[in-house]
Amino acid sequence: MEKILTSTQKNKIEHIQTAHCENGVVTALLRHHGLDFINEPLAFGIGAGMFYVHLPFLKVNNAPAIAFRIMPGFIFRDTCKALGVKVKRKKFRSPEAARAYLDQKIEEGEPVGCQVGVFNLPYFPKEYRFHFNAHNIIIHGFENGRYIVSDPVMEEMTSLSPEELEDVRFAKGPLAPKGQIYYPTNVKEISKEQLKKAVKKGIKKSAWWMTQVPIEQLGARGFNYTAKKIRKWRSQLGERKAGLYLGQIVRMQEEIGTGGGGFRFIYAAFLEQAAEILENDKLMPYSEEITRSGDLLRANAVRMAAIIKGRKTDQKDFEEVADAMSEISALELKVFKKLRKLPL
Amino acid sequence: MKKENLPQDESALKNFTREVCYVKNEEDKYQQSLSTGWKVKSEALAEAWVEINRRIEEAAKAVENGEKSPVLFFMELRLMDFPTLSGYTGFWTFFIKRHIKPKVFKRLSERKLGIYASVFKISVDELISFDGKNIDKYTKE
Repeated sequence: MEKILTSTQKNKIEHIQTAHCENGVVTALLRHHGLDFINEPLAFGIGAGMFYVHLPFLKVNNAPAIAFRIMPGFIFRDTCKALGVKVKRKKFRSPEAARAYLDQKIEEGEPVGCQVGVFNLPYFPKEYRFHFNAHNIIIHGFENGRYIVSDPVMEEMTSLSPEELEDVRFAKGPLAPKGQIYYPTNVKEISKEQLKKAVKKGIKKSAWWMTQVPIEQLGARGFNYTAKKIRKWRSQLGERKAGLYLGQIVRMQEEIGTGGGGFRFIYAAFLEQAAEILENDKLMPYSEEITRSGDLLRANAVRMAAIIKGRKTDQKDFEEVADAMSEISALELKVFKKLRKLPL
Repeated sequence: MKKENLPQDESALKNFTREVCYVKNEEDKYQQSLSTGWKVKSEALAEAWVEINRRIEEAAKAVENGEKSPVLFFMELRLMDFPTLSGYTGFWTFFIKRHIKPKVFKRLSERKLGIYASVFKISVDELISFDGKNIDKYTKE
């Protein structure tokens, strides 16, 4: 079992730091396979990562589950699919088999993506280590008894001992990674036309997700749902708990991985690139609008922090936060409805 | 967000990393930029930790008063909720909730105690002898 691996020249790819881990893994792996046009906003946009969802009954860290992005794994799947790239995925029951497979891939010179849990990741600050199991890293080699790790949210390349890696690959609980490994196969050159098609597809898909799901907790309408909830939180839950729930929103919106403003700035950056790729200036105002949505979200985070820290705790302060959420809901609903109809 | 408005506040990321944000540069085009942190989200994170510590202390009190078993304390200490603990132990949430009752906990088999202890990364002795007092050695780790 304990075989010695050496990292070859081929799997020493460059470390690419991104805001979000999944975007980062797609970007780095596709670039490794020669698609050097790809970058984070492009991966996020083609993979239709833009979203909002509020699940009131599902609790994460004892507060409602709120996400500003599509389900984990979808970005990787959809980016690859739109670019005609096949993805090989493998989950494991036994840690031994998981390690053997990883070692084999590394020896073949194939950097691979690994789903891991954050709680036991030693290179993260303790304050950030929660039981979150959908983090993604790239393993590229083995050197001096440690795996060489490119974690997209870190500034530098880092490493993990075999035991540490096994721990995080076999973290348990919701979204347990089960040692999941994945990597693109069959990556061919992408023509300008193919890229254009992929970008269009990504835009239309996001526009659909944001406006066409007839469930009030999902998409652009979801913000309005959250707004409705916020108006009731103070009287229903009391100030302390209401503050904690707001804290959850701020963290999901601004914590590492969102690029600021709940992924809205990444998406605005994507639309800016899309305008260039599709040679269509009509997309620029949409980029502006999404930037505005991100700015509104940031301003709202400031309001929420004031409540969380107990500087302002009146019902009117909650109402202000809710009003901003409703405004964002209306803005995004309008923007994506128009975007859906826009001829590209 | 404009590049010059990107906050560079001190945060828990210090000495670990800086994070990527997307900002508009002088030419009004998007670019990546690194941030050391933002006070607003540090406050949200700090408050989340205040809550975690409150729950840990509450659990310790409940153990001390004989209302709950040590399982609850160590579950809170390890930041777990029922689905997470259920994932690590392989016990259904229904049973974990029973194991949190002191009466049921006292009758737990060695095997089950061993599973809890290894998940919490403590010894079985430590688990059964925990009385809710002196929690500093755990919380100040």
